[in-house]
Amino acid sequence: MSPNLRIAFRFLTAKKRAMLMSLSCTVLGVGLFIVTQATTSGFEEFFVRTLLGTDGAIRIEDRKQSTLQSMEAAGGSDAQILQREGVKYIEGVEEPALIKDAVRNFANVRGVSAVLRGNVQVTSPFKTEDAQIFGIKLDEHRLVSELERKITTPGGLGKFLESTSGVLVGRVLADRLQLTVNDSIVVNARGESRRYHVAAIFETGVRDIDKTRIYLDLGEARSLLRKPTGATFVQISLYEPKRAREEAAHMENVLGHSVRPWQEREKEWLSVFRALKVSSAITVTVFTLIASLAMFNTLAMIVLEKTKDIAILRSMGYERRDITQIFLWQAGIVLAIGAIIGGLFGAAVTFGVSLVPLPINTLFKTATFIVSWSPWHYVQAIATAVVMVMIASLVPARRAARLEPGDIVRGTAQ
Amino acid sequence: MSKTVVTTASSAPVGEFALRCNGLQRYLGQGEGRVHVLKGVSFEARRGQVYAIVGPSGCGKSTLLYLLGLLDQPDGGDIEINGQRMSNSDDLARTAARGEHIGFVFQFHFLMLEFTALENVMMPMRKLGRLSVPAMEARARLLLDAVGLGAKTHRLGTQLSGGEQQRVAVARALANQPSIILADEPTGNLDVKNSALVFDLLTRLAKENGQAVILVTHNPEIAQRCDVTRPMRDGLFV
Repeated sequence: MSPNLRIAFRFLTAKKRAMLMSLSCTVLGVGLFIVTQATTSGFEEFFVRTLLGTDGAIRIEDRKQSTLQSMEAAGGSDAQILQREGVKYIEGVEEPALIKDAVRNFANVRGVSAVLRGNVQVTSPFKTEDAQIFGIKLDEHRLVSELERKITTPGGLGKFLESTSGVLVGRVLADRLQLTVNDSIVVNARGESRRYHVAAIFETGVRDIDKTRIYLDLGEARSLLRKPTGATFVQISLYEPKRAREEAAHMENVLGHSVRPWQEREKEWLSVFRALKVSSAITVTVFTLIASLAMFNTLAMIVLEKTKDIAILRSMGYERRDITQIFLWQAGIVLAIGAIIGGLFGAAVTFGVSLVPLPINTLFKTATFIVSWSPWHYVQAIATAVVMVMIASLVPARRAARLEPGDIVRGTAQ
Repeated sequence: MSKTVVTTASSAPVGEFALRCNGLQRYLGQGEGRVHVLKGVSFEARRGQVYAIVGPSGCGKSTLLYLLGLLDQPDGGDIEINGQRMSNSDDLARTAARGEHIGFVFQFHFLMLEFTALENVMMPMRKLGRLSVPAMEARARLLLDAVGLGAKTHRLGTQLSGGEQQRVAVARALANQPSIILADEPTGNLDVKNSALVFDLLTRLAKENGQAVILVTHNPEIAQRCDVTRPMRDGLFV
């Protein structure tokens, strides 16, 4: 152990109250940072995971068609034809097979699924409800959604695969219609009624989806909705969903269709989460500042109490640099212990919070408070603590180093 | 022990002097409170000699001692430590010189109370780093033994009496075998018995090692027992 570290450690352990004060500031700073990050990110990550698992990372929707273009004559002529430039959107994807083939060439694409959507009325023996049919090819759609994991009834997707007359019904819609597996329903679209049986019931947790959506085999959906070709949209999943925005922009240029990444599709909700993050960041910043101030005061007090020792050390040949180091070591020891205890404290509180009952069944479904367990929260918390402790300790440490031993011994140190 | 009163010893060869200063000036305070404390003091200290600086309070004795110990900077004049001019040197050089050449004994013990007697004595050695840790410990034990505290090496500063603390301070001042020992009223806070004990220790150990001892004292008996007594008044030797 270096002499400076030894002195720092002894100074610190001799001033137990001051050390505990500094330590508690660091522990609370680190712990609160972790808890805030875990709780704020938890809901956002869960929401993003839910929507990615339901509606995919990217959707290719309407075809874009350029309207009349302005023209200028070449060869130095001033002649020109001016038009209001713009883009016309033609609803749906006319050639989904071609689009799918093209999209599969993108390295980040994990899966592609063409979906045909249409509005229908669903009638059970008890009630009639408005709903939306989503025609899918299950083997394709499995790759772009977590539909399989969202099935809440026994038997999974087995019965859906057995026959084209099987449908997957959202949990809320099934409850409203009082449906269970194998029950019959009548689906009415464009004046035509067809009978289907409930193959399984799914629950995404997003109420808007669970109360309206019915999945049906794509071929059967084409027949029901009388759309033998095309698709309403093509759903895409990515290996790196965070890059959806860049991939979507690229696809839009290449494919000539409107391509929407999840960040754009869900921007209203994402902006709410962003606002929450800013709000908690402000809270954490204020707390960190208060903790820093408390720590600064504590360390400054230690320096004041240790002026005599500083004079002794300086008289024995300890340099200004040594004095700075001693006080920075003190901060470093507090930081190291505080980071470990703070990390454990943060993890314990995060775990406790994750057990708090909080039934939500609107934007997503949860029974308890959702927290995020990310090592980055701990890295960020410790990095913040390093900055906090260093700022709080640097000023007192440098002040200690500036003290003139002669002034201290004479009793005139400022 | 012979008592001599000298003003200067400038005729002596440089090697004999552990410390020399010439024309030291020092002002303290600011503005209207600024006081001319040292008005051109010159002084020399030979190895193996014990010097007493005496005089009334406020005459500049301690200020001179801090300047000689490089704890403070003069406003004018020169200081030489073992032939090396220090008055214009930077803080780093002065600090290094303190660690290597100077040992301090202060009036109020100035032990680091969180550390044991042994650790206090080892503290300057750890900084200088000349010895291995076992060698430092052995030397610290030797010194504590020499000051009669061989049985209390592991006692914290707070667990020692005033006299014992001052003896530890003496041992600490001798730890790096400095050529100069500066003591600011080393017995000022002790009873008669402990005063005599500390003074005897300081002078005996310093003489054994050929160190120059300069002490500031109000105690006429202590001053009388020194080799050289330098009375001061109004910032000058008289």
